[in-house]
Amino acid sequence: MSETTYTPPLTRRDWLLSDRPASRTQARLGRAYVIWRRFSENRLALVGLLILMALLFVAAFADVLAPYSPIQGDLRNGLLPPSAANWFGTDEQGRDILSRLIYGSRLTLLVVGLVAIIAAPVGLLVGTVSGYAGGWVDAILMRITDIFLAFPKLVLALALVAALGPGIENAILAIAVTSWPPYARIARAETMTFRNSDYIAAVKLMGASPFRIVLRHIMPLCMSSLIVRVTLDMAGIILTAAGLGFLGLGAQPPLPEWGAMIASGRRFILDQWWVAAAPGAAILIVSLGFNLLGDGLRDALDPKEAGQ
Amino acid sequence: MGVLRFLVTVVTTFLGLLAVTFFIGRIIPIDPVLAVLGDRAPTAVVERTREAMGLNLPLYQQFFIYVKGALSGDFGTSVLTTNPVLEDIKRVFPATIELATIGTIIGAALGIPLGVLAAVKRDSFADQVVRVIGLIGYSVPIFWLALLSLVLFYAKLRWVAYPGRVDIVYEYSFTPVTGFFLLDAAWQRQWDVLWDLFRHIILPASLLGYFSLAYISRMTRSFMLNELKQEYIVAARAKGLSETRIIWGHALRNAAVPLITVIALSYAGLLEGSVLTETIFAWPGLGLYITNSLQNADMNAVLGGTIVIGSVFIAINIFSDLLYRTLDPRTRAR
Repeated sequence: MSETTYTPPLTRRDWLLSDRPASRTQARLGRAYVIWRRFSENRLALVGLLILMALLFVAAFADVLAPYSPIQGDLRNGLLPPSAANWFGTDEQGRDILSRLIYGSRLTLLVVGLVAIIAAPVGLLVGTVSGYAGGWVDAILMRITDIFLAFPKLVLALALVAALGPGIENAILAIAVTSWPPYARIARAETMTFRNSDYIAAVKLMGASPFRIVLRHIMPLCMSSLIVRVTLDMAGIILTAAGLGFLGLGAQPPLPEWGAMIASGRRFILDQWWVAAAPGAAILIVSLGFNLLGDGLRDALDPKEAGQ
Repeated sequence: MGVLRFLVTVVTTFLGLLAVTFFIGRIIPIDPVLAVLGDRAPTAVVERTREAMGLNLPLYQQFFIYVKGALSGDFGTSVLTTNPVLEDIKRVFPATIELATIGTIIGAALGIPLGVLAAVKRDSFADQVVRVIGLIGYSVPIFWLALLSLVLFYAKLRWVAYPGRVDIVYEYSFTPVTGFFLLDAAWQRQWDVLWDLFRHIILPASLLGYFSLAYISRMTRSFMLNELKQEYIVAARAKGLSETRIIWGHALRNAAVPLITVIALSYAGLLEGSVLTETIFAWPGLGLYITNSLQNADMNAVLGGTIVIGSVFIAINIFSDLLYRTLDPRTRAR
C-alpha cells in the first residue's frame, strides 16, 4: 500500500485558519484574520475606517494639502462665498475655510488621542486592580467610579475648564477626567470573569506576584473590549471638545478648532451660512466615522452582541 | 440591595458631587479674597477678610462648612445678577425642565415605534434607515444642527418663532404662576399665548427630541430583538395570536421595563444637552444661566448650576434604578 494520500497545498488562508497553529505568531495572525474578515463584511464599518484613514492622511499632510495659510487671511477678501479658489469660501478675516478645516483635523486628532491616552490607562488600572484585589479596595475604587459615572459629563467639564481657565490643554484634561469611569467599569467586569480561571491560577502557582498578574496577564485580556469602548467614545469626546470650543472654553483663536469656527461663523449665519456649516459638517463626518468604526469593531470582536 | 446600602450609595454620591465642586472652587487661580476686595486692599483687611471667609481653617473644616451651606441651599451670591444663586436657579430651572420634558416626549413617541419597526424588520431597508438616523443623532454637534435649523425654519421658512421663550408682546399680558409656561397658559385659557409658546418651544424641543430618539430607538431595537427570540413569543404564535398583538402586546410590554430606565437616562441627558441648545435658542433656562455665568467668570453661579444639574442627574439615575428593581420581578432579592 502506498502512503501517498493527496494533501492539497496549504494556502495562506488555510494556514491562517488552521485549527492547530504551530506557533504563537500563527495563532495571533489567524485570530486577526478572522476578526478582519468579520469586520470587513460590514460595509458601514469599512466606511468608518475609510473616513478615519482620510482624517489621518489630511492631518499628516496638512502642509501640502492646504491651499492657503490657516492663520493669515486677507481682510479684503472676507466672507467670500464658495468658489473655485476657495472651495468652502472665506471667513470674516478672509481666511480660507478649507485650509482651516484641514489644519483643524490635527487639533481634533490631538484631542481624541490625548484623552484616550490619559483616560483609558487610568480606567484600565482602576478596573483591573479593583476586580483582581476585591474586598475593600474594590469597594472603595468602585464607589469613586460610580460617583464620577453619576455626573453629567459636559457640565462637569464646563465647570472644570471654567476654573482652570480656557485653553485646549485644559479642555483635554477636563474631558479626560470625566471619561475614565466607564473604562474602569468594563475592565473590572472583564477581570472578574478571568480572576478565578485556571490559567490565572497556574500563573499564580508559578509564583507570579499580583502586580505581574494584573499587568501581564489580566490587562492584555481587557484590551479588546476597552478598545471598542474607547472607539465608540471618540465621537462623544469630539462633540464635547467642539462644544467647549463653541463656548470659547476650548482652543483659543487663531487656532482653527472646528467648534470655535462654528462659534465665529454664528454671527454671519443668516447671510453667510457656509462659514458655520463647513466646520460642523467636518465634525459630523469625523464623529460618524468613529461611531461606524466602533460599531464594526464591537460586532467583529464580540459576535455575541452583533446586530444589537 | 439593602436599605442601608442604598442610603450609603445616595449619600456618598452626593458628597462626591460636592467634593468635586468644592475642589473645582479651590483650583481657581483667582484668590477669592482679592476677588471680593480688589487688589488694592491693605494687607490687614485682606487678612481679616480671609479669616471671616473661613479660608484659614483646615481644608476638611472648610469642606464641612461648604457641605452645610450647600445642604441648606446656600450656593453664595451671583456676581452677575447680584441675587443669591439658589434664587436665580429657582427662577430659570422650570424653563429647562419644560424643554427637556417636551424633548423626551417627542423622542419617546417617535423613538419607540422606530425601534420596534427596526427590530421586527431586522436587516431590512427600514432597519438600515433607522440605524442611520440614530447614528447621525449620535454624531452631530447639537449646537450646529440648532444653528442650521434656525436658519431654515425661522429665517427662511418662517415656520417657527424667533429665539426666546415667549413673544415680547405677551411679556406683560401673561403672568406665569408656576414657571411652567405651557401649563400656566393652558390653565389660564390664554390660547393665543399657548400657540405662541408652542411656536417658540417646538424647534429646540424637536432638536433635543432627536437626540433622545437616537438613543431610545437604538435601545428599543436591542430590547425587542432580545424579547422576540424568547420562547413565549413562539408560544404566542402557536396559540394563533395576531402578529400585531404579539409585538405590541407581548414583546414590547416585556421590553418596557428596561425601556423606562432608558427614557429616564435620556431625560437626564437632555437636561445636560440643554446647556448648548439653550445658548443657541436664547432659552432662559439653567443652561443659558450657566453659560452666561461662564462668560463672566461668575464661579458661584457656575458651581451652583453644576450642583443642581448634577443632583437631578444623580436623582434620576437612582430613581430609574429603583423603578427597574420594582417593576422587574427577576431583580428582586430571593
